[in-house]
Amino acid sequence: MICIMPDSNGTSTGTIEDRAKHVRERANWMRRRLLKMIVDAGQGHPGGDLSATDILATLYFDVLRLDPANPLAPDRDRFVMSKGHCTGALYTAMAGRGLFPEAELASYLKPKSRLNGHPNRTYLPGVETNTGPLGHGFPVGVGIAVSGQIDDADFRTFVLTGDGELQEGSMWEAAMFAGHRGLGKLTVIVDRNRLQQGANTEDTNGLEPLGDKWRAFGWEVVGVNGHDHAELLSAFDAAAQPRDKPRVIIADTCKGKGVSFMENQAGWHHGVPNPEQYAQALAELEAEIA
Amino acid sequence: MGADTKSDAALFDCRDAYVRTVEELAVTDDRIVAVVNDSVGSSKLGKFRERFPNRLINVGIAEQNMVGVGAGLANGGKIPFVSGASCFLTARAMEQIKADCAYSHANVKLCGISSGVAYGELGATHHSIEDIAWLRAIDGMTVLVPSDPWETEQAIRAAASHDGPVYIRLSRMPVPALERTSTRFEIGKGEVLHEGADVAIIANGTMVHRALKAAAALKDEGVGARVINMATVSPIDKDLLADAAATGAIVTVEEGLKQGGLGGAVAEFCAESAPVPMRILGFPGFLPTGSASWLLDEFGLNAAGIASAAREVLDKRA
Ligand SMILES: Cc1ncc(C[n+]2csc(CCOP(=O)(O)OP(=O)(O)O)c2C)c(N)n1
Ligand SMILES: [Mg+2]
Repeated sequence: MICIMPDSNGTSTGTIEDRAKHVRERANWMRRRLLKMIVDAGQGHPGGDLSATDILATLYFDVLRLDPANPLAPDRDRFVMSKGHCTGALYTAMAGRGLFPEAELASYLKPKSRLNGHPNRTYLPGVETNTGPLGHGFPVGVGIAVSGQIDDADFRTFVLTGDGELQEGSMWEAAMFAGHRGLGKLTVIVDRNRLQQGANTEDTNGLEPLGDKWRAFGWEVVGVNGHDHAELLSAFDAAAQPRDKPRVIIADTCKGKGVSFMENQAGWHHGVPNPEQYAQALAELEAEIA
Repeated sequence: MGADTKSDAALFDCRDAYVRTVEELAVTDDRIVAVVNDSVGSSKLGKFRERFPNRLINVGIAEQNMVGVGAGLANGGKIPFVSGASCFLTARAMEQIKADCAYSHANVKLCGISSGVAYGELGATHHSIEDIAWLRAIDGMTVLVPSDPWETEQAIRAAASHDGPVYIRLSRMPVPALERTSTRFEIGKGEVLHEGADVAIIANGTMVHRALKAAAALKDEGVGARVINMATVSPIDKDLLADAAATGAIVTVEEGLKQGGLGGAVAEFCAESAPVPMRILGFPGFLPTGSASWLLDEFGLNAAGIASAAREVLDKRA
């Protein structure tokens, strides 16, 4: 029973507390469901999935303007998963929002599945571009936003990047150009969990002072707790205000968030919990919403 | 792993031979350094880092920079082994490979880890099946595709003593140690691992032991299949190819794209110098979701697929 989605797939309304509660319940479901996917498939990236879950839940269950029945509608908000390895989080969010049947999550990584290890738009409508190699989604997101700018369209573009991913030069080429073009309808969220594949970002190729770097490239910079749904909602609401600069939300996150033994452990970048670990993870996550 | 590797023979991950050899070389030659892109673990270079902390350069997730830095290290007199997942190392840093390494004739050793479809379910972005076609198109780039632990060690040693850029395509897919009579590895020379005069099967990397299995099955049917291990794709061994063409029929097999790789190199030679019926076995393009072993079987890159291609091409023999 633990993997039943809280009812109502639609986006939330009401006070920010109501909205945050709606998102929180779904984020908890995502965490439990994506761990099951990883256990069933025998591989996955739980660390980065869990650090991005609250950001994706806030986007898919509240912020994004999209019609699951018409996922390619020209006026849809665009979401680009630049950190493409975290498909556990992405697919549960998309299924939870109704973009494909929840039952299909069981096919994750199976032969000929639409749910490939990295997202593929030719398999799955709603994926905007195929990612997996780091440093690709953001430039494509910039191109989408430039297209909207040319057409004076009102859709918004959101890009989620890893923090280690910001070591790729293409990210800064895109940041420079987005700043130059004044892409006010573009919002980048940095999943600042401070870990990359093998170690801490600052011990590998340090990113700080990260906010100053974005500012120097012509961006508005906001910092939030990336696991606080009300803070995330406020940051996304504020980003919707008319402006002539792109905005980056640096979301302070914890890799492996919600599962004690995975939290802040580089070793859980990829990996599969054993049966005891899986049971413990589920117990911790169930206690969180009990 | 697929049916072809299910046997009693011990299986080896050639990354182990690779790191062991690089460490051995580093002990006696302090010009040897390793350059990585947040890939210490996947390249198995953790022990190298412990032993030679100053000689492990981790540039972070930045492959273009990694290869450029490698070329700079070579300029400073180092022998850099630049190691990363072969899909990102080659695709992402292609212009650095072309301009900074090959065109500049920099002494850089590019080690593509987890090549082919080893990353299975992670999908086409993570498959490295175009790399042989890309790399062999670059002037002055030596391309090596070792088949087992012994040959991996030899390829690394040969690359270290070779003056100029080398691409060494490594796999993480377990393979058996091959039986051979020769104990000599030379860049630009292939080897015959199984004699036969009816058809030549030319393979490299993870496909060699599958080709040998196919040859054994064909022998039971009375067909003599010569198995050639073509560990150097560029420069290719033309003498051995001329001998292979003399059998009258050729099958090539590689864990890579059907277009432009080992098969392409053999076909170019045959078309100009020794036309014979050929079959080129490889992947057709971007692949569906699936594990490495499922993909190999699905696309006929196993002993049964190789044997049936040999039968087909024999029918067309003059
Ligand atoms: C171009 C490229 N190089 C290397 C990799 C291998 N890789 C996959 S995830 C990862 C670490 C990513 O770290 P980060 O961006 O911080 O993501 P997160 O912590 O959110 O998982 C690496 C190096 C890749 N996918 N693409
Ligand atoms: Mg990170």
